[in-house]
Amino acid sequence: MHPSPDIGIWIGALLTLGIFSFLYGDNPYYKFCEALFVGVSAGHWFVTLFWTVFVAKMIRNVEIGLNTFITQGFSAGMADYVHWSYIFGGILGFLMLLRLFPKIGWISRWSLAFVVGTTSGLFFINYLVSNGLRQVEKSILSLGAEFWFGNLILVVGTFCGLIYFFFSKEHKGAFGGLARVGIWFLMITFGATFGYTVMSRMSLLIGRMDYLLGNWLGLIG
Amino acid sequence: MRKVAIFVFFLLFSSIFVFPPDKAFAQEETEMPASPTKVEASDTPNDNGHSITVKWKLSADDGAGKNNVVVYEVLRSDSPEGEFELRGMVPAGESVFEDQGAKDRQSPNYLPSHKKFYYTVRAKGDGIYSDSEVSAPGYAYGQWFHTGKFPVFVAVLAFSAFALIFISLARKGKKLYVRPLAGIEAVDEAIGRATEMGKPILYIIGLGSADMIATIASFTILSRVAKKTAEYQTPILIPCYDAVVMAVAQETVKAAYLEAGRPDIYKEENVFFLTSMQFAYVAGVNGIMLRERPATNFYLGKFYAESLILAETGSVAGSIQISGTDEIAQIPFFVAATDYTLIGEELYAASAYLGREPVLLGTLKGQDWGKAVVIISLILGAIAASLHFQFFLDLFRVQL
Repeated sequence: MHPSPDIGIWIGALLTLGIFSFLYGDNPYYKFCEALFVGVSAGHWFVTLFWTVFVAKMIRNVEIGLNTFITQGFSAGMADYVHWSYIFGGILGFLMLLRLFPKIGWISRWSLAFVVGTTSGLFFINYLVSNGLRQVEKSILSLGAEFWFGNLILVVGTFCGLIYFFFSKEHKGAFGGLARVGIWFLMITFGATFGYTVMSRMSLLIGRMDYLLGNWLGLIG
Repeated sequence: MRKVAIFVFFLLFSSIFVFPPDKAFAQEETEMPASPTKVEASDTPNDNGHSITVKWKLSADDGAGKNNVVVYEVLRSDSPEGEFELRGMVPAGESVFEDQGAKDRQSPNYLPSHKKFYYTVRAKGDGIYSDSEVSAPGYAYGQWFHTGKFPVFVAVLAFSAFALIFISLARKGKKLYVRPLAGIEAVDEAIGRATEMGKPILYIIGLGSADMIATIASFTILSRVAKKTAEYQTPILIPCYDAVVMAVAQETVKAAYLEAGRPDIYKEENVFFLTSMQFAYVAGVNGIMLRERPATNFYLGKFYAESLILAETGSVAGSIQISGTDEIAQIPFFVAATDYTLIGEELYAASAYLGREPVLLGTLKGQDWGKAVVIISLILGAIAASLHFQFFLDLFRVQL
């Protein structure tokens, strides 16, 4: 056994054990680690966003846009909308801060409405393409081809799955039977996904164990 | 002397075979590939400008003749006599090059739209090349319509038409049937249980941002749940992962309390930001579950690897749990560890089912009709594909 002399590894190991202590139930050790984890991550998130979004994107681009106005004139500046248009994001962000003032806090709803409305409109098209048309295109399969059995399973599974997600009709009779076949297909898929994901979680656990037993205690590796 | 003369003669004679410089020079001259012809530069279709497509006819020595073309270099200039700069290369056998520029004026790769450019194509062999004639000018410009996305346009029109028709019918008072969803039927029961136990309700919107469809659907369900909790005077706790989501959730809950006639018991601090780091968020929520012991946990929205940890902790805390997400990889965990699960699109349907608002119900009905079209297309498509009718597949092909 050769414990690491690195203080950083000791802190990491003790915090890992603190989070693991949750398996025993809520306790002061876990509470300390949880509070530290939440606090540090929230602070880290704030600083990261400040430098990578506010400074690197908004300030930097608006600065370039303004510089174009000053050095190349109004029409060139207007044409450089790629940069100065970031100012609109800044204005929407500023409006969000008005929530801090109860009397005019309602103005922040404009920013929320813009973000939710615009992006859901954009997502609508992406969703329609990726979850709609692309899926249909890939599900139209020849049943006379070499892999006819696999194709048949795919077509039947898709068909019955769609029947299950049809909400306008009660699942009774033949329609209900098809929906039940659909849910069977879904459950088999979920089972496979479950197993696959559990395996990836096991690799995460192995990583932590390797850290504790190898990097920290020097028992392995 | 005679011997020396014979030796020198032999040396000169043999050098013809050992060092054949003239022959190599002659080969170089004959190995220059024929130049490409008919170089054309035109705007790249279906984009926002800033790109020119260059086409040419292959060199006669590409794949035929001397067969010595290795690569084509495409060069550009803003005047026919000007200095040409290399824009890119394509391997032999290809006769199209897309000169993709940047739209950012500050970028060194900036390619302005509506500015004329001239191109020449260089057929290159092993260190030898020949240039084509300079092309006629071509310029880039943006298009309003992307013809490759026509199927999307048709689908949007069809879906919108279905939705508008059903919204109109719902507004006129026509009863639109939506089949019961077990998870949603349990909502009232779960809130009632929390009220009886005198414990709070925990509502997790997930890790999605406010623009995600699952998050938006979750807001609609939250509105209904918050209204019920206001009526029953049961506290609802909503720890948020995203600052914008928190702001929307606060507005949603506030509006629901107002609608229930109880704005006085609305507590803004119950809808709070925790952190935007995935597992730190999980640690925080787990702590809340074990300390507050909520009677009911809702997990509705976008979830990732944290789904099972949350659901398992909720189960240990003895809460009734209702979950729903459109994240396929996480649904199995919710199915295994929570009492009721809304699978994928059921989450969207739940918001319409609970709200019973004409707009939501009409949209849900529109979706159902969209699905009916897809089902018919699947069957017809399978028949068409089996009979090798390619045209049917092309109807759904989207060019991005």
